Amino acid sequence: MVRSVGAHSLSLVRGLGDFAVFTAQSFRSALTTRKLFRRVLRAAFEQGARCLPVILIVGTFTGLVLGLQGYHVLNRFGSESLLGALVSLSLVRELGPVLAALMLVGQAGSALAAELGIQRNSEQIAALETMGVSSHGYLITPRLISALFVYPMQTALFVAVGLWGGWLSGSMLLGLEPGVYWASVERAVEPDDVMECFVKAAVFGLLTVSLCCYNGFNAHRCKTATGARAVSASTTRAVVLSCVTVLAADYVITSFLL
Amino acid sequence: MKASKLEFLVGLFVLLGLAAVVWLTVKVGAGSMVSGPTYTIEARFTNAGGLNVGSSVLIAGVTVGRVDAIRMNPEDYCAIATLRVMDGLKLPTDSMASIKTTGLIGDKYVALSPGADETYLAAGAQITMTESSVDIESLIGKMAFGSVNSAAEGAEPAPGKTPNP
Amino acid sequence: MLLEVQGITKSFGDNAVLTGVDLHVPHGRVVTVLGRSGTGKSVFLKCLAGVERPDAGTIHFDGKALDVDAPAARAEFCRRCSFLFQHNALFDSLTALENVELPLEQTTDLSAAEVRKRSLEALKQLELDTHADSYPSQLSGGMQKRLALARAIVTRPELVLFDEPTAGLDPLRRNAVFEMIVKYQRQFGFTAVIVTHDVAEVLVISDHVALLDGGSMRFAGTPEAFSTSTDRFVCDFRDSTLALSRSIAALRQSSAPLPLNS
Repeated sequence: MVRSVGAHSLSLVRGLGDFAVFTAQSFRSALTTRKLFRRVLRAAFEQGARCLPVILIVGTFTGLVLGLQGYHVLNRFGSESLLGALVSLSLVRELGPVLAALMLVGQAGSALAAELGIQRNSEQIAALETMGVSSHGYLITPRLISALFVYPMQTALFVAVGLWGGWLSGSMLLGLEPGVYWASVERAVEPDDVMECFVKAAVFGLLTVSLCCYNGFNAHRCKTATGARAVSASTTRAVVLSCVTVLAADYVITSFLL
Repeated sequence: MKASKLEFLVGLFVLLGLAAVVWLTVKVGAGSMVSGPTYTIEARFTNAGGLNVGSSVLIAGVTVGRVDAIRMNPEDYCAIATLRVMDGLKLPTDSMASIKTTGLIGDKYVALSPGADETYLAAGAQITMTESSVDIESLIGKMAFGSVNSAAEGAEPAPGKTPNP
Repeated sequence: MLLEVQGITKSFGDNAVLTGVDLHVPHGRVVTVLGRSGTGKSVFLKCLAGVERPDAGTIHFDGKALDVDAPAARAEFCRRCSFLFQHNALFDSLTALENVELPLEQTTDLSAAEVRKRSLEALKQLELDTHADSYPSQLSGGMQKRLALARAIVTRPELVLFDEPTAGLDPLRRNAVFEMIVKYQRQFGFTAVIVTHDVAEVLVISDHVALLDGGSMRFAGTPEAFSTSTDRFVCDFRDSTLALSRSIAALRQSSAPLPLNS
């Protein structure tokens, strides 16, 4: 019993260290990788353009429902004029970065982990290494770099369409004066809030993409399965770990910045 | 996928993303921030409860600055709020600062009522003609005990209302 | 000597696969490592290529030691050496041309046009130029093997390591692959290390033959010496066909006459 607890804690610490080294090595490879820009472009397509529809749709509906719920709650106190503040602060501080990151994990992160897992399985990663190509530099680094700017952009888009969603339900459907809504939005959101939003988005991007890469890249080290099952197991682990990490990191960052 | 198409799609995304980022920071996130050069003045309140760093400073309902810092003066136990206001805004020395609330449960802000004096407050000067936060709880308490009239007339004269020696 | 390997050991858990393997590979020669399935031939080759890390032993490439402590020497080795995986390890999301371009693009400072030119050249040499835009999954097994070879030689390596290049091929294809290897070995002048278990063909194409069994080299020498060796391991391996016909004959004699004869 004691031994198994000890073994588990040890493997957890080792895993954390391994993950940190993995991320650091990927960033260091940025210095030596050739034609990095094209690879970053490709990664930006995977995380950006390809995930845009889902971000826009989820963002709009989040704003819509916030406007709807918020309006009915505020209506009881006769403070509908604060609807803009409620929608904008919820979106900018919490829902924007968190939901955008979760959607991106679902779409881009899972694809990433599965792709790397299959490449590991079919020795494509080993092939890169024998060619003298850094597998970190070629496969991981571009994705991390792209996450650093794509995640904040996706979050900004999510928040923007969310605000318009709140306007749609609050002003168009429920009849709040649009001017009141937008004035409340602008008064409530401070520069610090926007900064917090982008910092969170970048940190979530870095953590989730790195976690998904790590799990896919190390699919061959999966202890419970081999082959195709190892790929599916590591993809599942990548997505679950990423989602948990987003929420945990959100709490930590919020408590630091508040 | 053709390389040119990929570049086009990524470029389109980056353009959209940048537009959203700029909109958020400049339009939404700018809030009531005062741009351009500023200077600070101080205001002494007997009670600055509910006022925060970053709260707005308004004249006639228009934002002219924000609260930079709030501290307690150990000599007379009054709250000193540092207000950062736009350069070019000249405040007469007999201006009055009051802490008010937007709506019944809204944010607290500092409302400045300019006086009529010929001389103006210099940077770092102190406004002593102040009106503190209206304490809703004590207001309700007074209403319950029937002495609501004195409360409704406004805040009692604060020690700060007498000019500083 | 281009490559000198001494005392390589490698174990996976309690399973000691290699227990001190030596190999000498002279410049410009074809060296073949024979061995039964599961004797660690592939592991040995992967230790050379740097895919697996040996537990002990030294590898000298062109006089320089390849060590964990010498990443520069390893990088130079990677630049001058290519590895042909048993299952080709082609990048299945890239077209044939992109597969061949990748090593040039990522390891050299050549211009894009130059990369394209050299890659098309390599494809043409392996008669794949009509399939430049096909994906590996759209190619036949033999073409995939040729594509893997094109990707290996496009960097103009001095040493090419072949991991069971003929595994799972019929005899005609097998001959074609060996012919291809020798042809391009002559044409480009690289040194080849081939791991395989096809004895008959190997004796024809190799300059040196080594036999790996039980974790170490049981034989190393010329094909002629291999054919005439009286070593027990060599005989077992070399004369396996003979042994098979003998045991079948014995079976026929001992068991009841087959229905065919009656």
